Amino acid sequence: MAHGPTRRSLLATFTLATLFAGACSAPGDNSDSSAANASAAPVTSATCGTGPVTLKGYFETGFALPKSLSDEFTKQYPNVKWDIREDQFAVITQNAPRVLADDPPDLMRLPQVSELVKDGLLKNLDGYATAFGWDKWPASQLEQMRVSSTGQRGDGPLYAMGLNFSMTGIFYNKKMAAQIGMTKPPATLAEFDSLLQKAKDAGLTPINQFNGGATGGLAFPLQNLMSAYGEPGAINDWIFQKSGATIDTPASLQATQHLEKWLKAGYFAKDINSQDYATMMSRFIGGKNLFIFDGDWESGNLDKQMAGNVGFFLMPAQSAGGKQAAMSAPLTYGISSKAKNADCAAFFLNWVATNQQARDIAVKVGGSHPMGPADAYMPAVAEGTVTASTLAAGATIGKDNGAMDFIANATGAIYAKSWTPQLQKLAAGQQTPDALLKSVQKDYETQVKN
Amino acid sequence: MSLPITGRRARRARRPRAAWAGWLFALPAVLMYATFVLRPLVLTVQYSFYDWNGIGASTWVGLDNYRRIFTDSELFATIVHAFELIVFFSFVPVLLGLFVAATIRGIATSRLAAVARTVLFLPQVIPLVAAGIMWSWLLSSTGLANELLSAVGLDRLTRAWLGDFGTALPAVGVIGAWVLVGLCTLLLLAGMSKIDPSLYEAARLDGAGPVREFFSITLPSLRQEIGVSVTVTVIAALASFDIVYIATQGGPGNSTMVPGLEIYYLAFSEREIGMASALAVALVLLVLAVVLPIQRLTRDGSR
Repeated sequence: MAHGPTRRSLLATFTLATLFAGACSAPGDNSDSSAANASAAPVTSATCGTGPVTLKGYFETGFALPKSLSDEFTKQYPNVKWDIREDQFAVITQNAPRVLADDPPDLMRLPQVSELVKDGLLKNLDGYATAFGWDKWPASQLEQMRVSSTGQRGDGPLYAMGLNFSMTGIFYNKKMAAQIGMTKPPATLAEFDSLLQKAKDAGLTPINQFNGGATGGLAFPLQNLMSAYGEPGAINDWIFQKSGATIDTPASLQATQHLEKWLKAGYFAKDINSQDYATMMSRFIGGKNLFIFDGDWESGNLDKQMAGNVGFFLMPAQSAGGKQAAMSAPLTYGISSKAKNADCAAFFLNWVATNQQARDIAVKVGGSHPMGPADAYMPAVAEGTVTASTLAAGATIGKDNGAMDFIANATGAIYAKSWTPQLQKLAAGQQTPDALLKSVQKDYETQVKN
Repeated sequence: MSLPITGRRARRARRPRAAWAGWLFALPAVLMYATFVLRPLVLTVQYSFYDWNGIGASTWVGLDNYRRIFTDSELFATIVHAFELIVFFSFVPVLLGLFVAATIRGIATSRLAAVARTVLFLPQVIPLVAAGIMWSWLLSSTGLANELLSAVGLDRLTRAWLGDFGTALPAVGVIGAWVLVGLCTLLLLAGMSKIDPSLYEAARLDGAGPVREFFSITLPSLRQEIGVSVTVTVIAALASFDIVYIATQGGPGNSTMVPGLEIYYLAFSEREIGMASALAVALVLLVLAVVLPIQRLTRDGSR
């Protein structure tokens, strides 16, 4: 009778032993991966050839631009077919490392790139940049996608490319603006303050902003205020992880205090801490409030849904005529370091920036400014549309050298881990501006060290 | 004398083949279990000792990840939230379930009982994600909950229930209670049906009222069913993920962050696989530490 238990326990031991044996080596790729970051070989002719090619794409759901571009590309280059998978941006952010490692797409919508570069998952595009002449474009277009060997962004080899670059600011409902006597965008921050107060006094909801669940949309007005009180360059240094950079500056503090003042004055809808992005958009389009802080990726949509009734302005400076700044970022797409058709994908990216039809699509479908040389063809946009205003705002930002990346992109986790909960606490009156900045800076330092 | 010996010998000769044949039948299940339960479990324990982002090189850090659970106030707060959820996920459904089950038993013969049973069990049938979305509408600032409050003149109580620091966790708890009360009712009702009716008859002859009946007969007889209900619901509270993920995603400001959700964020957005694994292992141990005593307490005393 002793056989049964003995054998069973033997078998169990054996099973467990095999399991542990399989697990005893350290997880992950512990080989020296620096080779992946080596400089890119010069590319002489990157094309899609003439034979059949299937480009594997991983795009963001809810935005028509990449699909329109890929369709147009196939029309012009019929040998190229697409195998496209789509997900929400949050899902792409979470999947990016695993997908790039295990199921490498030729072209993928990317979140913040520095950590992906550290793991050697993205193709160094410098070879293509030289071959296609991307290095002759305005440098600010590409700097957010450059990552140095120490992991700082802003300079170094190029690891991604934009389909266009977006511009953020403030959209307003023109009919409601007329109700409070606002005929033109505010010229100073103080003027903006008084418009908010007028809207409140008139019984309107001045601002709806998404800030609920895992979203911290108050980061939009906050960063706009930061640039009104301080220098966009200093904010970019922090986002690009330049050594010694801090967000806990006197200018940031003034900006956060200003935001707190707006919150306490009741300029935001009472329920922003349970508002998601879709709720904010449907309320604004439904004429429930005067302002939203958002980006020009909505321009095309708003021109359709609120035709003639929507305006856009950049955050005003403290004094009239002062320099203005805005969050402006390329709609980042990259090529996996293991992609099968990297040449064709790079050719596509270059086509997006330089082909006339592609640039038309970038503006009409995407609503944002196309990438490419400063003197490249620009599609005509009907006057009075919000798309025209956002493109004009892009020119102002270019002139004032006021383009900033988004403070939520400083590290992979800073938005979810720090900005979002901290801004939700600020909105509920449970956090002070000073402690908010100190806490974000502390998290940032730990994350950068890792 | 000789018969048993031959019998035993025959058995011994036959057993190895029979035993291996048995394992052969179990093999598909064992393989699945080993691949999808045991192996991930072992790997999770292993990962918990490393600092690893899921892709690149990993560093052995020993017990550092575990130490952080108890020193990082944010991580520890998630565990406290899970315990607060026990009140809503476990106590409320079990107490309410007892009351409802006793009421339904009292009207067992009427059609109303069948209807009540179905209605109460419905939340178990609806996918949790759908329930979460439905409740986030009901509890939104323009939702039914606030409209009802306004209708009776309680405007000053209206708020975005899931977006308010003070009410978000209880609001999530209410959703959980709504889901679990049906399950508890059904379990307890099943338990009540096996109580010998003569006990109630005897009690009534002795002059016991319904309250006395409940406390002297129903409650003690349901010891095991209550044990099962409490166990299942406590696990649901401690390991909660889906309801919180759909309703609040941990917000506002981490006020509804629970260990299950934190593990997910750590692993997939912060890319700290080691830390996520350590928290997962701690959660398993915590669930066992809470559930095993409950099992012991509610085990039938006669056995």
